[in-house]
Amino acid sequence: MKGRVVIVGGGVAGMQTALSLKALGIESLILEQSRQLGGKLTGWHLLFPTFTPAQDVVAPLIRAVRQSGIQTRFGCKVVSVDSRRVILDSGERIDAAAVVLCSGSTLFNAKIKEEYGYGIYDNVFTSADIEQMMNNGKVAMADGRTPERIAILHCVGSRDEKVCQRHCSKVCCITAVKQAIELKKLFPDADVFNFYMDMRMFGPGYEELYRRAQIEHNIHFVRGRISEASPLMDSRVQIKAEDTLTGRPLRMSVDMLVLMVGMRANDDNAFISSSSGAELAENGFFKPRNSFMDNVLSTKEGIFLVGTISSPKTVGQTLNEASAAAIRIAEYLRYGN
Amino acid sequence: MATNFGFSISKPRVIDMDANNLRKSDDILASMPQLQSCIGCGACTASCTAGNLTSFNFRKVHTLVRRGEYTGVYEELNKCMLCGKCRLLCPRGINTRAAVMTIKRTLGDF
Ligand code: SF4
Ligand code: SF4
Ligand code: SF4
Repeated sequence: MKGRVVIVGGGVAGMQTALSLKALGIESLILEQSRQLGGKLTGWHLLFPTFTPAQDVVAPLIRAVRQSGIQTRFGCKVVSVDSRRVILDSGERIDAAAVVLCSGSTLFNAKIKEEYGYGIYDNVFTSADIEQMMNNGKVAMADGRTPERIAILHCVGSRDEKVCQRHCSKVCCITAVKQAIELKKLFPDADVFNFYMDMRMFGPGYEELYRRAQIEHNIHFVRGRISEASPLMDSRVQIKAEDTLTGRPLRMSVDMLVLMVGMRANDDNAFISSSSGAELAENGFFKPRNSFMDNVLSTKEGIFLVGTISSPKTVGQTLNEASAAAIRIAEYLRYGN
Repeated sequence: MATNFGFSISKPRVIDMDANNLRKSDDILASMPQLQSCIGCGACTASCTAGNLTSFNFRKVHTLVRRGEYTGVYEELNKCMLCGKCRLLCPRGINTRAAVMTIKRTLGDF
């Protein structure tokens, strides 16, 4: 065995993989592109469905990585990968006993759906903006006023041929329910409307939270996709949709429009795939070797997958995959498959 | 005398949430919060004898009420025979028959 296991990405997937490997006595090196550990979760406020602070997950992982002396390098942009080495943009080659891809996914850029006016109208926000505002302790309209009516739109950049994203991003429905409840708690007098195509409440406690959002928090759920948003004189936004359960078009003005942006495959996946030979699925995420028995294995021997690099998934599922991958890596290092 | 040329002006079908007043809807939901938990499955309508013989559709009617569209709802709900079959099926456990009465009472100003 030459070199250590190289982990590409220092979010929760990468950190937990390193920790699980360490517990099995296997050394690893985390290569992180940014200047800090934590990945996307760093910018998130509370996690569904339990309203657990994201920091309660991220901070202990960072602490554990530091305490266990796992080597981490920052500012590392990976340009090429195969099962024996990783090449950085500086030209440096790092030998690897195995490679774990933990570089996650990319939030859909809401500006591409121009009809919703993100980046054009002041009071259109994304789900990530709302998390940021919650973290900063101030959620408000662009001019600082308190919103009286909020619309939340599901499936922005997911399930949409128009933007080449056919897949369902899986976590945005439950995030929409979570954010609707949080907004309603902040603004009890506001009306909150969720516009959905399907409510995909797949996890434990999700459907129950949806029901509580309906009965206890009086959140309105309208089945229909908003077709467009237009600005009003007073910087509010008018939206149009079909209320498909009544079969009638529906129109209303809102103080805030929140777009639930989906997860899409990283642009980098293409060249990581072509250099390594690990195949991509049709949606650009990495393809597991077998979706029952070998979820954490790429189609290429020696290259492993953890977290949203292979498909949208929850934090809990990502952490479980990290432990599963560590065991499969240990087997690979010992028996070579 | 006006001549009838056979043309008429179509009334806009759009549900205008800015013009609609949700006060009565809010009253109904306050007295019956469970009605908000409807997931639009249509089991109530599928089982409804009235719905199988007429255009009556309980799911649609109560959803319209929740959008503040009250016109014609009372008359529509008169088609319900209060048999309670729908209530046996609702997967959210909504007392749909009671909802019919609650909506009628609120909109009919009894
Ligand atoms: S989880 Fe929900 S909001 Fe997200 S893409 Fe799937 S259906 Fe749309
Ligand atoms: S109670 Fe009314 S709505 Fe329900 S099944 Fe009977 S007739 Fe239909
Ligand atoms: S059966 Fe219940 S949940 Fe289904 S549409 Fe009727 S009221 Fe709604």
